[in-house]
Amino acid sequence: MTQLIGAKGLISLRKGISRGLQGWASELKFTFKILKRDRTGLVGLGIIVFFALMAAIGPEVYPLEMMPHPEDRFLPPSLEHPLGTDFAGRDTLAQIIHGSRSVMAVAFLTGLFVVLISIVLGISSGYIGGKFDMLMMRIVDVFLTIPSFPLLVIIAASVNRTLSPVEVALIIAAVEWAGLTRAIRSQVLSIREENYIESARCLGLGAFHIIFNEIFPSLKPYIAMNLCLTIVSAIYSQVGLYFLGVMPYTSVNWGTMLNIALYRQSGLLNRKVWPYLFSPVICVVLVQTGFILFLHTLEEIFNPRLRSEEA
Amino acid sequence: MNWVVRRIINLILTIIISVSVTFFLVRIMPGNPVDTLIQQYMMQGYSYKEALTAVRALISYMPNEPLHIQYFNYWKAILRGDLGRSITLATPVSQILGFAVPWTVFIVSISLLSSFSVGVLLGVYAAYKRGSLFDHSISLFASISRSIPHYIIGVVFVVFLAVQLRLFPAYGAYGRGVTPGFNIQFIGSVLYHAALPVITYVVTTFGGWMLSMKSNTISVLGEYYVVAARARGLPNRRISLTYVGRNAILPLFTRFAISIGYMFGGVVFVETIFSYPGIGSYLSYAIGVRDWTLMTGCFLLITIAVVVSNFVADLLYSRLDPRIRFTAK
Repeated sequence: MTQLIGAKGLISLRKGISRGLQGWASELKFTFKILKRDRTGLVGLGIIVFFALMAAIGPEVYPLEMMPHPEDRFLPPSLEHPLGTDFAGRDTLAQIIHGSRSVMAVAFLTGLFVVLISIVLGISSGYIGGKFDMLMMRIVDVFLTIPSFPLLVIIAASVNRTLSPVEVALIIAAVEWAGLTRAIRSQVLSIREENYIESARCLGLGAFHIIFNEIFPSLKPYIAMNLCLTIVSAIYSQVGLYFLGVMPYTSVNWGTMLNIALYRQSGLLNRKVWPYLFSPVICVVLVQTGFILFLHTLEEIFNPRLRSEEA
Repeated sequence: MNWVVRRIINLILTIIISVSVTFFLVRIMPGNPVDTLIQQYMMQGYSYKEALTAVRALISYMPNEPLHIQYFNYWKAILRGDLGRSITLATPVSQILGFAVPWTVFIVSISLLSSFSVGVLLGVYAAYKRGSLFDHSISLFASISRSIPHYIIGVVFVVFLAVQLRLFPAYGAYGRGVTPGFNIQFIGSVLYHAALPVITYVVTTFGGWMLSMKSNTISVLGEYYVVAARARGLPNRRISLTYVGRNAILPLFTRFAISIGYMFGGVVFVETIFSYPGIGSYLSYAIGVRDWTLMTGCFLLITIAVVVSNFVADLLYSRLDPRIRFTAK
């Protein structure tokens, strides 16, 4: 390593890393400072952490048993079954917990994919400009115009097998990348004209340096906020796909539970189905609310006007 | 590039790509529905040739010709308005959709107008009362309700308002005993049946309009021409309507396009939950039974509806705001 980049390079790399860590630390400190003042943001963060933990360790501690117990059909909530049982006498809470893993995994993966695609395409389109930019923007326009959920539906329906969370996330990302790509591209266009970029260019710094060290840092807040929005819409799409029954019922998912409760167990008429029907309903509402509340706080953190008032 | 030309290019490109995507999914993907259909017919004892003609009757092009000719013939059929025959309902898809489209357009347009008006009114009110309890609570409610999926709100409404409390009908577009036509009973029944789908849409979409109307109004309120109008002693009502309202509402029209797409996309859920006989219901029916011709037909029609209404919205906007025609590139 030392031979490759030279001793000087190594020192500057170390410096860079420690500076980066310091930067992170101070940003984290600031985030907590705002969160302390902003109760709703704290609630949002709490909800996100709660569901993330449920998805990460819940399935390990709370086992899922899919064996039917017909004698336990539609039991009301009790100590043994905190959310009651479903049409086959299986524990509802176990299905919620195991469902949260696929819901959260797909949501975060979709967010990751959309952000990566948009960063690469958005920055290159904005930075290179010219014909490439024009072509990219025409493609983006088309993807923004085609109604994304129906497109997602026919793509998902055409895949005739069970999909892993990574594959589901890739399909959702494939129809949802355009909005953020366009937004990042226009941010890059405006940053490109700033004086400090001009001076970096005059100093003869390479395109890579300019993109990663000069342009990218000012995009970070923007990307963080859009990550939240992408996750919200990924949960919408994904639970919706399972709710419509577009994808095969193999994994436990909140959308699958909604579909079964409503269309196979006549959850509309039978009040005994309610605990099973409303458990996923409440979970979806909670997760979405959590992300939106947290997004509000992010806006406050990154909005320089608010920052100068509060810091 | 001229602004209108760019919109037209987008319109044509979008339709070309949507049609190509449906062709690709139905015809080129490994294990695609057309190949599966041919196999199914042959398993029922058809010869290969008979199976081909049977499938041709469904999809309107011959599935054993070279791909580019199939693609060309698919286009020819679509341009004639022929979307093939539904595999399960044995009726031309265009005929089925002909009945479904008016209901969907009806629901979507009423919902869009209602959520726009509700959002704008609440937005202006919240801006005038900014910082008040009303402002804080309605703004929080708006941003949360905007992120809750249509199908969640729809399920809650259909369970409580339609089935349990019986305040609204749970399915259909009009009552059973009503004769369709231009009479009061029919119109009343149609509006009554549309109420829950429309309310579902309004609850999930008014927030976007409200929040941007609020921030636009707040920034317009700080403009000098508003201060000047106040100084001239104009009545408050006139200031808020012609000075503030008109200028604050203008940027909202740029969001119409996105909103139309979102609403047509959500039609799959809203119509399915309320069993409303529009394109969305047929799309979800087609998914359930894997009726490919009907599925792609619904998708194409939704896309065309979105593209055309976007185009109209954009043209109207350029009428309203002349700056667009001259400066936007």
